[in-house]
Amino acid sequence: MIEDSRAGGQRGILAVGVYVPRLRLDRQAVAAGHRWMAPGLKALAKGERAMANWDEDAVTMAVEAGRAAIRRAGDARVDSLSLASTTLPFADRLNSAIVGAALGLGSGLAAADKCGSLRAGSSALMAALRANTGCELVIAADRRIPTPASTAELNVGDGAAAMLVGEGAPLAVLRGMASVTADFVDHFREAGRDGDYGWEERWVRDEGFAKIVPEAVKQALATAGVEAVEVDHFVMPELLRRVAGTTAKKLGVRTEAVADSLFEQCGDTGAAHPLLMLAHVLAQAQPGQRILLVQFGSGCDALVLETTELVAAAAQDADWLAGGQAESNYLKYLSFTGQIGLEWGMRAEMDNKTALSAAWRATDMVAGFEGGRCGNCGTVQFPAGRICVNPECGAVDSQTPHRLADEPARVRSFTSDWLSYKPCPPFMFGHVEFDSRARVLMEFVDCEPSDLAVGVPLEMVFRVKEFDRARGFRRYFWKARPQRKAGE
Amino acid sequence: MAAGIRDRVAILGMGCSRFGERWSDNAEDLMLEAFSEALGDAGIEKEKIEAAWLGVCLEENNVGKTAGPLAQGLRLPFIAATRVENACATGTEALRGAVYAVASGACDIALALGVEKLKDTGYGGLPVRTRGVVTDLWQPNASAPGAFAQLASAYQARYGISRDDLKKAMAHVSVKSHDNAVLNPKAHLRNRITIDDVLKAPKVAEPLGLYDCCGVSDGAACAIVTTPEIAEQLGKRDIVTVKALQLAVSNGEEAQFHSWDGASIRTAEVAAQRAYSEAGITDPRAALDLIEVHDCFSITELVLMENLGLSDPGRAPYDILEGRYDRDGAIPCQVDGGLKCFGHPIGASGLRMVYEVYLQILGRAGERQLARADIGLTQNLGGHPHQNVCAVSIIGRLGA
Repeated sequence: MIEDSRAGGQRGILAVGVYVPRLRLDRQAVAAGHRWMAPGLKALAKGERAMANWDEDAVTMAVEAGRAAIRRAGDARVDSLSLASTTLPFADRLNSAIVGAALGLGSGLAAADKCGSLRAGSSALMAALRANTGCELVIAADRRIPTPASTAELNVGDGAAAMLVGEGAPLAVLRGMASVTADFVDHFREAGRDGDYGWEERWVRDEGFAKIVPEAVKQALATAGVEAVEVDHFVMPELLRRVAGTTAKKLGVRTEAVADSLFEQCGDTGAAHPLLMLAHVLAQAQPGQRILLVQFGSGCDALVLETTELVAAAAQDADWLAGGQAESNYLKYLSFTGQIGLEWGMRAEMDNKTALSAAWRATDMVAGFEGGRCGNCGTVQFPAGRICVNPECGAVDSQTPHRLADEPARVRSFTSDWLSYKPCPPFMFGHVEFDSRARVLMEFVDCEPSDLAVGVPLEMVFRVKEFDRARGFRRYFWKARPQRKAGE
Repeated sequence: MAAGIRDRVAILGMGCSRFGERWSDNAEDLMLEAFSEALGDAGIEKEKIEAAWLGVCLEENNVGKTAGPLAQGLRLPFIAATRVENACATGTEALRGAVYAVASGACDIALALGVEKLKDTGYGGLPVRTRGVVTDLWQPNASAPGAFAQLASAYQARYGISRDDLKKAMAHVSVKSHDNAVLNPKAHLRNRITIDDVLKAPKVAEPLGLYDCCGVSDGAACAIVTTPEIAEQLGKRDIVTVKALQLAVSNGEEAQFHSWDGASIRTAEVAAQRAYSEAGITDPRAALDLIEVHDCFSITELVLMENLGLSDPGRAPYDILEGRYDRDGAIPCQVDGGLKCFGHPIGASGLRMVYEVYLQILGRAGERQLARADIGLTQNLGGHPHQNVCAVSIIGRLGA
């Protein structure tokens, strides 16, 4: 058992947050689409894989996972942010800076993007746990777009997981770790491309997993002083089918310790998956248990963690897998990933060029969803203005920033518009009133037209507002979605 | 408050092109069509016109940013000419320029012309466009039907009326306008429809279907204005004057403050009250012989009946269903077919409304002539319910 963890000072995982997109693509629908040319995919056609909406990417999912972790931690002060992914939308623009701004973490934040392999997430967690001081938010997110009819298309899912690491009252602490780095190319993806190119699975299993993973794990267990048989939870994303079980057996880890890869519920979320699986384990773990976390990719990361008595608190957060909406339209998925071009009509031709100078002036308003609160009359207004909008007030330069992103709201009016271009019609939008009574005309997402009614409670989510395909830019803003009830 | 311009400006002549899909015509052709009619009606040489206002809203590709195409298209003799734009209320804005010029004494005779060539976009409905580099960062790029459909959900919430009951009243609005347009040779859509057609039409923006939406048309409309004295000197016996011309523009209160519930057009309430006051009207329900309102969508016309003070709050659906605004009702509305069926070439629409009131007062409305028409109201709206410009004018017989 970990002594004295509540007294503070001990470094570890303080809070976790996970985001899995609402849409869950039925694998049978994918396999059915390819039956004519790849009938063998039927073997993988079980359950659902998480599917990003048209307006979700690694950045937006990271924001949601990060918000969940911060919410869980209460009033944590985040000093640094690591964003791990193999599918960051920008090659040169700090993606973690977008996330940091949306999370309202302030300009004093140290932020870094961690990329390059599926180990990006585990390595980022490792680095945060190994750091000497400060509170670091580690977020891993991936939205991979595998080649149609590849096994990856069925195995992969979209999602994000966040871990807040620092000194305080951790759920779990680090006992040992090790990394092996090897340019073992089981698969690769050129920068800017979508699909992976992979080598024969039997070679990957025998020369890759069977040789590289044990090297890292043995060293990590040795530094932790833990025997393989003492491992209570073996967290290892299954990049090949059943590879976690065979690896566990080879290592001497008990079969019952092998953690659920969540294949049937969401699929492998890439760089996010070790963290996402770890979050799932922490939600069920008992105090004092040993967790062995392994991620393969250009080598291997292995971490040995031990839960504290506070781990029970994480159980409250295990509802992130719930709330899915089954999607059986494979063509819709292909359209969302840009793998088929549909006829959207001329309305889709609108030029969404962003004036970067205007975007910078508006960064707090847009990224942080900041309105203004009048110091004279208390009216919250969006956008903030120099003159208070309350006709009874009209005070000048009286407003201070008021963040609306985390405030509950309700529908005041709505429509489902079939005329406007949206990648997922109909375009649902309407007037929204926040608890502070601020009014904003907003887009609704993650709902059906029939879910909308005047008075429906809403919560805000960070999404892609528009793509500028001509220039390779995308702009983000907040959208409103009906509050999900537990288990819905 | 100023005394206003009641009866200080007379309409000397008006013209209006046929509205519709004018594939073979340029904006200049439409302008000339409306202008020739107006000039003939005014009975003057064009050299008498001292200043001109051109209203064009969206299709700047057709005529550009200035009033040059007006001056060049009509070969106006090097007079002052200004292009104005105020969203879908652009037509009234052009009229306002000309009327104020005459009322101020700066000009004896002025021209207002509104035109729009919408049918060069390649698709139906209004062109998609940016809302400005900052607004685009956060505001949903709402279509017009989507923005006006908001009125319906908010209206239902305010008055507890069911969607189906509201839809029936909205359907009546459209059926009535189609019936009226059958009698108008210049109208774009001249076919009768049934309530059932409206209710079963393809969905555009819930609860608006295709027949809840106005036509998108090419067209032009034109007014030549002067003082009543000059009109008389020019031999006019039946003089039609501007009794009131008011404009109200949202200041952000509807969009941002919690006092508005989305079920009304606030600017219409304000502009109408000011216009009634300017025209000396105390009881508009009794005073107005006809009205032409901005029926871009059926729900817009419905809520406007309340905002203009013609139906009691919550009663518009029932007044509509009882036929109060039909051509044989107490206050005929859109006797020319309205935006719905006459069509909506944006820059022209406000002037087209005035054209109908003018014709009715002079007894020149042909088959659709009303028995009694001394005073009429036009209401022209630009923007969306939560943020808009609203013009209200009252046009009447001199002395009425």
